[in-house]
Amino acid sequence: MKEEYVIQAENLTKRFGDFTAVDHITFNVRKGEIFGFLGANGAGKTTAMRMLCGLSRPSEGKGTVAGFDIECEPEKVKRNIGYMSQKFSLYEDLKVWENLRLYGGIYGMKDKEIAENTDAVLHSIDMESERDTMVCDLPLGWKQKLAFAVSTFHNPKIVFLDEPTGGVDPITRRRFWEQIYGAAASGITVFVTTHYMDEAEYCDRVSIMVDGRIRALDSPMALRNKFGVSDMDEVFRMLAREATRKGD
Amino acid sequence: MSSVSVSRLSKSYTLIKALDNVSFEVQKGELFGIVGPDGAGKTTLFRLLTTLILPDSGSAVVEDFDVVKDYASVRRIIGYMPGKFSLYQDLTVEENLNFFATVFNTTVKENYHLIEDIYKHIEPFKTRRAGKLSGGMKQKLALSCALIHKPKVLFLDEPTTGVDPVSRKEFWEMLLKLKSQGITIIVSTPYMDEARLCDRIALTQNGKFLRIDSPENIIASYQQKLWSVTADNMHGLLNDLRSCPYVKSSFSFGASYHVTMVESATAAMLDEYLRAKGYGDIEIGEIQPTVEDCFMLMLKEDEQ
Repeated sequence: MKEEYVIQAENLTKRFGDFTAVDHITFNVRKGEIFGFLGANGAGKTTAMRMLCGLSRPSEGKGTVAGFDIECEPEKVKRNIGYMSQKFSLYEDLKVWENLRLYGGIYGMKDKEIAENTDAVLHSIDMESERDTMVCDLPLGWKQKLAFAVSTFHNPKIVFLDEPTGGVDPITRRRFWEQIYGAAASGITVFVTTHYMDEAEYCDRVSIMVDGRIRALDSPMALRNKFGVSDMDEVFRMLAREATRKGD
Repeated sequence: MSSVSVSRLSKSYTLIKALDNVSFEVQKGELFGIVGPDGAGKTTLFRLLTTLILPDSGSAVVEDFDVVKDYASVRRIIGYMPGKFSLYQDLTVEENLNFFATVFNTTVKENYHLIEDIYKHIEPFKTRRAGKLSGGMKQKLALSCALIHKPKVLFLDEPTTGVDPVSRKEFWEMLLKLKSQGITIIVSTPYMDEARLCDRIALTQNGKFLRIDSPENIIASYQQKLWSVTADNMHGLLNDLRSCPYVKSSFSFGASYHVTMVESATAAMLDEYLRAKGYGDIEIGEIQPTVEDCFMLMLKEDEQ
């Protein structure tokens, strides 16, 4: 049986003038996989992610995300992905249900579907009693939980998480990863960036970018074995030290 | 001798108690870490100590100057690097540095020795506008500007947030060098692994200081045996550990789970339990807790 890929990138490249931010990266992400996208500041992660989300046109190479070509069909790509960044994209002065309503509407969901999904989502994140609470009154960990629920509210095939756990306490950070596991188990593919190397261990596979290229791509355990070290922090440091570029 | 002395400091905003009756002392030349998540009150504390806002109650003294009464004197002897990049984006690297030196009535030349190690990394780009610098370079410039008037106390608000592990390590090497020159440093961070590099740390949550001590003492006070557990099916293992009657707490920790057990349980008993559940390659070993383990234990106790 052919494997089902939700992301396929082939020689994906982005140049700004004579600077090559992303340099011929090739990789696939399987359906339901948790894929960690690592790299030092300035390695080209954000640029690569913007191309995959249909926000930036590649200078060279091809990519499909959720079955759509990122160059020719960026609008279809956008409709079929979810996105969450550390700056949670929630409206602080809207209530919990209103945030879900808003994003459902933006993604063109029907009223009935929005109503049903709202009940299901609030139940699954255990926030039914907070339906009418203003987002600004929620504790940080709850906002994070809600932001993730919002990013997957329209049932995207894949969700992009850009440093989703920055700034939260260690217990909340771990609970958030359990939410990620839940989404992956239900078939949503998760593409995640992080600066916490312990979180790299929680991914099925990770790639590490150095100077615009993918220098390593495998399961955390295979990478640890390959480099003969005991944790991902060391793998990362060994690779990132090779970088000749500085900063982002 | 204390460099910073904080007594029962509180500050509330309309809805939240940002800082709740906090007291601590920082010794001269100490590297003091304030460790905690967003919303712990770290930035509010920095803004109070750097005289940018006024406390509701309590007091604070920085190098013998009161942060309310003697605010102008405090400002002269402190360096402050806010969490948000706050230099002039449309001035060049060199212009920013000269500006801050001049404001404090000194010259770059006079205190160059203090910033040399840091500034030399960005000196090749000295004619570039600050707004056009990379994140890592902005951070180095901001630190240089906070140091150029030779402050007695340096306040760094989350200098490494969003910074990759390699650059974080480099930044801490710079801090340790500055400490060796006798500057008192108060630094906040959400990263637990950085706590280990401080002389003393305050573990904070929701405007309160849960604990102030050296990282060594905090680790030593972890009263329970901590075990690292791995097996062939890690995804399923967490749930089975949580439902195991021997297990008190279980948290993912990189490639393994950190587990505490009830008094009567042993590693052999847990091994047998997991084997009966069908796990293979089970490894259970006693380990030293980290600051992160200690912090999570405190948060859990706080929740209960």
